[in-house]
Amino acid sequence: MNRQWDDDERPPPRDHPDLPVDAPIDGEGRPVGRRIVLSMLGLGALGVVFGKQFQNVQNDVLAPVVSHDPTGLSNLLPAVDRFRYYNVTDSEPVRTASDYKLTVGGLVDRPMTLTLADLQAMPQTTLIKDFQCVTGWRVPQVHWSGVALPDLLEHVGVQKGASALRFTSFDGAYTESLTLAQAQRRDVLVALQMLGKPVTRDHGGPVRLYVAPMYGYKSCKWLGGIELASEVTPGYWEDLGYDVDAWVGKSNGRGDDAATS
Amino acid sequence: MRLPAKLLRFTRGQRWVHRATAILMGICLVTAAFLYIDVLSQLTGHRALIEWIHVIAGIGLPVPALIGLGSKAFRNDARILNRFSRNDWRWLRSRQRRDGGIAVGKFNAGQKLNANFQLGAILVMLGTGLVMRFANHWPISLRTGATFVHDWLAYAVLAAVLGHVWMANRDPNALRGMRTGYVPTSWARREHLVWAVHESARVSERAATKKKRTNVS
Repeated sequence: MNRQWDDDERPPPRDHPDLPVDAPIDGEGRPVGRRIVLSMLGLGALGVVFGKQFQNVQNDVLAPVVSHDPTGLSNLLPAVDRFRYYNVTDSEPVRTASDYKLTVGGLVDRPMTLTLADLQAMPQTTLIKDFQCVTGWRVPQVHWSGVALPDLLEHVGVQKGASALRFTSFDGAYTESLTLAQAQRRDVLVALQMLGKPVTRDHGGPVRLYVAPMYGYKSCKWLGGIELASEVTPGYWEDLGYDVDAWVGKSNGRGDDAATS
Repeated sequence: MRLPAKLLRFTRGQRWVHRATAILMGICLVTAAFLYIDVLSQLTGHRALIEWIHVIAGIGLPVPALIGLGSKAFRNDARILNRFSRNDWRWLRSRQRRDGGIAVGKFNAGQKLNANFQLGAILVMLGTGLVMRFANHWPISLRTGATFVHDWLAYAVLAAVLGHVWMANRDPNALRGMRTGYVPTSWARREHLVWAVHESARVSERAATKKKRTNVS
């Protein structure tokens, strides 16, 4: 059957004087196109199933290159473990070390506004722990340091009736939340240092939150305010469908290993 | 028999499908760059909005072609793009493929490879993109795998699109074919001899029948 020609049209002549004798006719031949498409679908499915293994191999091979790359070009490589830049507003918020302020209020005994120097003067806690993003990338063994959140809470005095914390970013849009019990963990920091140096502006500096046991979106960048409240108000990404209790490996349908130290 | 001066290469519907697909692909690539490259993300911010645009354009990408299936001309070309003749393989292997010595049909083998690659890529990107977008419904390892495939294939798609645009820009007559629908017959005979001969014959035949009918009445 000549399916390739419509019923009302005869196939074109094979023996036209202008054509070489072996000229093909359009629409005849093997269905290579379909095979290409089906192969790609098959390879794509294989890649989805075994991509995690491929990625591990790739990271092992590329890790030495990426960590010694002064050009930053390796940031363009897909699926390499590195920090990715996320910002939900139109421009990067700017606070310097000198004009930075952290407001702590709500259900606390001593509402206060802390400068960077105030925070630096408090006892510092250091952690070396992974940063795991809910979209899949993970940066292992990041050096963090700052004020452990329970120390800060003790400093301001938590009132009876408070059971949740609301974090606001000085970008004017981003918000996050924790329960009071979660905020009492020693691996939750108001981080002043990250990667062994003061938190850079791109990473949410001069001061950001780091919630080690939870996915990265809980670690509010450009931290501007902490408010104690009687109940949890879901944060920015949580309003967009992410889990409020964002334990690594036990939320958002993911099974990642917990942050190692 | 006199040859017609120009031949209809793409109908209005086909050109609409091509343009709509190109615009959606462009949106996908540009938003991808702003989501993926830190320097650009730092310029724009608004991650949620850009992601939304990227996802909508990506889901929309196969739609023009699906609508195109309603057109006979589009279905015919899809059939031609699917089938590889012996000459297509010879054309691919030959170093003198551009001399016109190997007679090819409406599309040369390079165009056929590109079209089929783009179709496969659009479908794989759609599938992996949906796994990434609706991450909660899938096991973590699939989500990581989908990101891996989506990221690497994105570079291949970018390369194919840039190559496609570059090749088109080198050939004003090919561009004219996609812009106006018509190409000069002389160009068609040089680049797509089999198609040019058959299409010319069809046009002449149609003109002859029309003339005959007019004479009768």
